[in-house]
Amino acid sequence: MTQTVFAPWEDPGEKPLIQFKNVTKRFGSFTAIDNLTQDIYEREFFALLGPSGCGKTTMMRMLAGFEEVTEGQILLAGQDMARVPPNERAVNMMFQSYALFPHLSVWENIAFGLKRKKMPKSELDARVDEMLRLTRLERFARRKPHQISGGQRQRVALARSLARAPKLLLLDEPLGALDKKLRQDTQFELMDIQEKTGTTFVIVTHDQEESMTVASRVAVMDEGQIIQVATPDKIYEEPASLYVADFIGDVNIIEGIATKSGEDGYKINWSEGKEPFQAKTPRTLSEGQKAYIAIRPEKIAVSQDKPDSALNSIKGKIVDIAYLGNMSTYHVEIPGGLTIKAQTANTRRLSRRSFTWEDEVWLSWTLTAGSVLER
Amino acid sequence: MRRFFLIFIPYIWLLALFLVPFLIVFKISLSDIALAIPPYVPVIEWSDGWAGFKNFLSQLDLENFVWLTQDDLYWKAYLSSLKIAAVSTVLTLMVGYPIAYSMAQAPNEWRPTLMMLVILPFWTSFLIRVYSWMGILGKEGFLNQFLLWTGMISEPLQIMNTPTAVYIGIVYTYLPFMILPIYSALEKLDASLLEAAEDLGCSRLSAFWLVTIPLSKNGIIAGSFLVFIPALGEFVIPSLLGGSGTLMIGKVLWEEFFSNRDWPVASAVAVVLLLLLIIPIILFQKNEQKSREMDQ
Repeated sequence: MTQTVFAPWEDPGEKPLIQFKNVTKRFGSFTAIDNLTQDIYEREFFALLGPSGCGKTTMMRMLAGFEEVTEGQILLAGQDMARVPPNERAVNMMFQSYALFPHLSVWENIAFGLKRKKMPKSELDARVDEMLRLTRLERFARRKPHQISGGQRQRVALARSLARAPKLLLLDEPLGALDKKLRQDTQFELMDIQEKTGTTFVIVTHDQEESMTVASRVAVMDEGQIIQVATPDKIYEEPASLYVADFIGDVNIIEGIATKSGEDGYKINWSEGKEPFQAKTPRTLSEGQKAYIAIRPEKIAVSQDKPDSALNSIKGKIVDIAYLGNMSTYHVEIPGGLTIKAQTANTRRLSRRSFTWEDEVWLSWTLTAGSVLER
Repeated sequence: MRRFFLIFIPYIWLLALFLVPFLIVFKISLSDIALAIPPYVPVIEWSDGWAGFKNFLSQLDLENFVWLTQDDLYWKAYLSSLKIAAVSTVLTLMVGYPIAYSMAQAPNEWRPTLMMLVILPFWTSFLIRVYSWMGILGKEGFLNQFLLWTGMISEPLQIMNTPTAVYIGIVYTYLPFMILPIYSALEKLDASLLEAAEDLGCSRLSAFWLVTIPLSKNGIIAGSFLVFIPALGEFVIPSLLGGSGTLMIGKVLWEEFFSNRDWPVASAVAVVLLLLLIIPIILFQKNEQKSREMDQ
């Protein structure tokens, strides 16, 4: 059975739902968004990921119509949004604080946007009930927002913003106020609802794990610019720069000088007099250029003896072990003072673990385990 | 034990300074006028013991309250006071709400200054401030001179000694009591609620009606009571600014007490006025209680 992969961004015939065209946004002398161009497609779950102050919230607020664009254009379904006020956009937003109306019941909160549409009573009732069912809130319809739990409030906010059937739903740190366990459950619920309603979602978050879980594409932002846009696995496995590699997950970065070796491989000379590490990359580097290898800890194997087959291997001493339950991270100091993190799954019970502090171990990884980056 | 004392002290205060004086006033309202010191009978003859007290009780009657219903001066004065208090409460709300709203919208660093400006008039004696309105509103007053100078009117306006002057006086005097509770309600209002309302299809104006007004309701109610209750018994403003044309129960009370020296009737007027005031106070407390229960 073949399944078509959802990837409208790879189809040149597909028309994007949202187009940012050379958008710049300044607040006084501060540039929040710097000449940004980006397309977002229908039915996408698009995540804007970055540290606070990177401009991700500004991008979202420009989509909602709360901030005006200083330069450039934002198109929604081909239409320029510059002069369209928030209440006339087919866009709804779920606020970080949820912004539920405290004087209205759950039912009235969800009906609020529908009433503004002058919808007939029977149709309105049916739509509110549908939203209550979708978010499993039927039992709480008559309650006020302060009488329900944080997770339920989050679902009311979602139901309220979905009720008007927007073309685009904006979610501003939607799960920020929930505890970890509830957040994970809610992430899957969000994906489920996004699939059911077929709405385009744009989510703003600083939690890389969250963006990786829910999004079809992740845009990593820094200082008003998008550094890389790709599917979660590409972002993780093939980061475009050190910034992205470092921001997403845990990573070991080894700096060195590149020399060509074989067809598409390079040797990275990372320390004087040491065996260089080898890596394959689609990039072309110039001879003698400064380069970095970024390797995820779980891609490094830890063993007692030197492995025969591995092309990259080095001996080191365990200085620290972080026990995370399902896995352990070993901090291994290698000659030259560098500390490499290596992660292994704890398939055995702790008492039978093979390595402990001060043990001498071998680290090894394959040619394609790490990404070779220029900056 | 400590808790008992903490509760006990305010109760003693209320007992000594509210309930006891009220009982004295109530007792006088049941007495008859007399040319004596004090100017009413009966007084308790402590020397006669129990018989004197019984004699005293037998002479009390509700005559003065019956009198209040017979002379239409009184119910007209009560009615007129209710009307003036109600109208000036609405006027104060209409003036005070925009002020409170713009204070709540002002940048954070400006708010203490604006708050200070609202409270500032209290630093001057209330009487002096009402007197100065006489200087503003009179025939030769600043307002008329200014309007004549601009050419908007050719004859000076008669504002002094009319109900208009009373309204101006009450609105001016009680404005801070309206502004402060509304401001404190609006200040707590989360700006993202208004953005949410706009996001859900409201215009700015309908967001104001559907979100800002309902969420400042408690402030509006508190402010209205703080204006309505003292305005109902107001005496200084109508007697200084309203002239003889304005009938208010506070003025009637003053005249009964000082001009007629009829303490029993004046006391009866005061007791009825208190009952009139207790009704809105009870309503107010019910509202407070309801909103507290809602917050739980």
